[in-house]
Amino acid sequence: MANETATADPSSTTTETLEKLVVRFAGDSGDGMQLAGNRFTDASALFGNDLATLPNFPAEIRAPAGTLPGVSSFQVQIADFDILTAGDQPDCLVAMNPAALMTNLEDLRQGGTLIVNSDAFDERNLAKAGYESDPLDDDSLKGYRVIKVPMDDLTKRAVKDTGVKGRNVLRSKNFFALGLMAWLFHRPTEPTIDWIEKKFGKQEEVAAANIAAFRAGYNFGVTTEATKNTFEVKPAALKPGTYTNVNGNTALAWGLIAASQKSGLPLFYGTYPITPASDILHELSHHKNFGVRTFQAEDEIAAIGAAIGAAFAGNLAVTGSSGPGIALKSEAISLAFMLELPLIVINVQRGGPSTGLPTKPEQSDLLFSLYGRHGESPLPVLAIATPSEAFLMAIEAARIAVKYMTPVILLSDNSVANASEPWLLPDLDSIPEIDVEYAKHPNGPDGTFLPYMRNVDTFARPWAIPGTAGLEHRVGGLEKDALSGDVSYDASNHQLMTDTRAWKVANIANDIPQLEIDGEEDAEILVLGWGSTFGSIRAAARRSRLEGHKVATLHLRYLNPLPNNLGDLLRSYDKILIPELNTGQLLKVIRAEFLIDVTGLNKVAAEPFKVSEITEKILEMVQ
Amino acid sequence: MTTRSYTRADFQTDQEVRWCPGCGDYTILASVQQFVAALGRPREEFVFISGIGCASRFPYYMNTFGMHSIHGRAPAIATGVATTRPDLSVWVITGDGDALSIGGNHLIHVLRRNVNLKILLFNNQIYGLTKGQYSPTSEIGKKTKSSPFGSIDYPFNPVSLALGAEATFVARTLDMDRSHTQAILKAAYEHEGAAFIEIYQNCNVFNDKAFIQVTGKEERIHNRIDLQHGKPIVFDGGSKAIVMRDGQATIVESSLVDPNAILVHDETRPDPAIAFALSRLSHGPYGPTPLGIFRNVERPSYDSELNAQVAEAKEQLGEGDLEKLIRSHGTWTVEAESPNGG
Repeated sequence: MANETATADPSSTTTETLEKLVVRFAGDSGDGMQLAGNRFTDASALFGNDLATLPNFPAEIRAPAGTLPGVSSFQVQIADFDILTAGDQPDCLVAMNPAALMTNLEDLRQGGTLIVNSDAFDERNLAKAGYESDPLDDDSLKGYRVIKVPMDDLTKRAVKDTGVKGRNVLRSKNFFALGLMAWLFHRPTEPTIDWIEKKFGKQEEVAAANIAAFRAGYNFGVTTEATKNTFEVKPAALKPGTYTNVNGNTALAWGLIAASQKSGLPLFYGTYPITPASDILHELSHHKNFGVRTFQAEDEIAAIGAAIGAAFAGNLAVTGSSGPGIALKSEAISLAFMLELPLIVINVQRGGPSTGLPTKPEQSDLLFSLYGRHGESPLPVLAIATPSEAFLMAIEAARIAVKYMTPVILLSDNSVANASEPWLLPDLDSIPEIDVEYAKHPNGPDGTFLPYMRNVDTFARPWAIPGTAGLEHRVGGLEKDALSGDVSYDASNHQLMTDTRAWKVANIANDIPQLEIDGEEDAEILVLGWGSTFGSIRAAARRSRLEGHKVATLHLRYLNPLPNNLGDLLRSYDKILIPELNTGQLLKVIRAEFLIDVTGLNKVAAEPFKVSEITEKILEMVQ
Repeated sequence: MTTRSYTRADFQTDQEVRWCPGCGDYTILASVQQFVAALGRPREEFVFISGIGCASRFPYYMNTFGMHSIHGRAPAIATGVATTRPDLSVWVITGDGDALSIGGNHLIHVLRRNVNLKILLFNNQIYGLTKGQYSPTSEIGKKTKSSPFGSIDYPFNPVSLALGAEATFVARTLDMDRSHTQAILKAAYEHEGAAFIEIYQNCNVFNDKAFIQVTGKEERIHNRIDLQHGKPIVFDGGSKAIVMRDGQATIVESSLVDPNAILVHDETRPDPAIAFALSRLSHGPYGPTPLGIFRNVERPSYDSELNAQVAEAKEQLGEGDLEKLIRSHGTWTVEAESPNGG
């Protein structure tokens, strides 16, 4: 939204101050668009804007160059106030080739700025993208402010004295584009130059070429006055404090390390590489000085198997994957449930079923998380709403796992995992310790040890780890006697154990925060969500309020057990909308649990909700 | 290391042993209990982890820490214990179906990684717990409940498989010979890294006398090839010997060869080729069959390497500092009075 206060610049260009701005970098998957987007984001973060990002890339590492499926993009919204999403429509689109233009133009706001690399608009690339005539030469772009820049040529000239050769020459052109964007949007240049020096310091020629291209892009803007208007977005009035920019996978990894420190338990992460969860492994594997042990197993089953072994041995044990991998772990999750060992199972959801859409967001594993196991095996299920929240949610998952001696499923998804936002760094000392006490002494008559004799409050069984004299015991997947843990095929014992395990998990509802309504208590409609739809739902509620409606929202972080006050809250609204990136999974749960009707807004279209989509649905329901 | 004085009874549990009467598992259990008792190592430092199958009931009968887990996954679960707790002695109890069929992947990977585990594979060449189907070590043509016209599954040779999977310790023994079993257990226990022991185990209900060629009073004299480190490989009262011929281990009449041509067993050879050749002398216990340690070489264990990396990282970078970590991507500060004022 443009502010009217355009101010004069010393040059003939003017600077327009915006409250918020959505920028999208789009190019071939080899063009370095994720990198350019991330650098733009970090510079904006360090400048003090609020922001949210939406990376979007193909599953193929290098799809054929110049083709539509090979297009990779990175969208970021920056603002001078607290924003909630990466924005519905870019105000500025960088298109590095015809395919990027073809696939992204329809999203660009009418009147928006379009920066194109005109060198890439040759006959071959135009044909690959399906253009019959060159859009740069006909009228098809007249609704936009188009800045044509021969980036290949200018990049080549910029880097010619740096020593890079051959194919490496044009690899710097993403930095040229980034430099031009830095000029156009008044981004500070130092963070990017510092980053290049740090990242490519050992490859001096590459560092020099990237810096030269970046500066050339910036200077191209200055000297050619590529456009009459440049734009700025002032720092946001965020809560005072120290911030960093973090994505969901990194925050989750750091949260696990924090949980390890807060519990005093060494962290063990057993996993098998899978998109979009692998970055958790990458991050953790760097931090062995925190006592972190990462284990890249031979398969998903071994990954959770090793984690179960580590839990038995007394570690804070974690396994992480995405939908297909979690499916493989299913039998082992039931074992951990039966053994009553603490274990965190992270599912960074992606589009499914089967291999599905590995790099796209979806929330379609909720029912699978709640019910996708054989036998009666209810588990705590938690879901992360925003990238930075992953830090505290990881700690919370650990707290529940060790306090109640149970596996916990922690749901993330692709648009939390890879998206980033400013994170107000918490006071680490204020995060409560996680109390863990291994069993030390026999608890039964005559010095015997009863591994299933439970804590009277939590119903957790003792955690008796190998190496503790007098507590030697055996556990297993067979049903166990309610006290001794010995194999028991007794019918009433099985009933008792099934009920006890279920009760133990249900009782966690008394140990989690009550839900609080956001918005008007007497609203016309309640919008209920879970997971990564948080930002879109809150933003849609804001927009609906601007239209004069009273809207309340509620966001679930605990999907099992559900918070105790959820039923009462739901019953106090006539209209309830549940937007989900699936075909209606929470909707089924709510109907089943509370026998109340709710309306779904459902989408599985390889992208998050646009704020406008939810807003329209809200307005439709209240009018 | 603390030592205590134990008898076999200290390692027995109060659980009724539920294997069929006459099962070879009883003898193996006795051998293992006797062996660990004699070590004098504190009982609580032992962990026995099993999968599913008759053999996998084993941990219930060992008065140590133990886990009866899920089918085929014991090596993976044991990896989590061994890599995080180098202070423990971790054992995997498995069978031919558990280790070689459903759990084949985990077995080869723990061997190649050289995780510090002692793996006892009870090979009875049949599925016992599911009542008599052919297993991945059953011989071709075997008629079972699930192969009424004879099995057409070519069997694994577990010793060959382990050697191919880069195992550093590979041995074969048999249930009935307790002193042989205990000698192998001792060597395995002393080995740093993964130790793989195939134990021929008689299933007297579904596959009785499968190993009669190496256990029968008469037969064993002719068929047991006892591998002894540093000694020429001879058997059948010395009348037969093993020589290498055309790259293969070959059985010859001792009297017909130059004594210097007889293969001298060296379990520490870095290259596994000769150990593998020895494993090919039989593809099951159907004739002359080597028993003993095929290979016993040194290679750093996975757990010691992993824990060394952790120790080294701490030494180089200092104990992890979480405050520093969450600031490692660069930070900025919003002052109480920000330019746009709240």
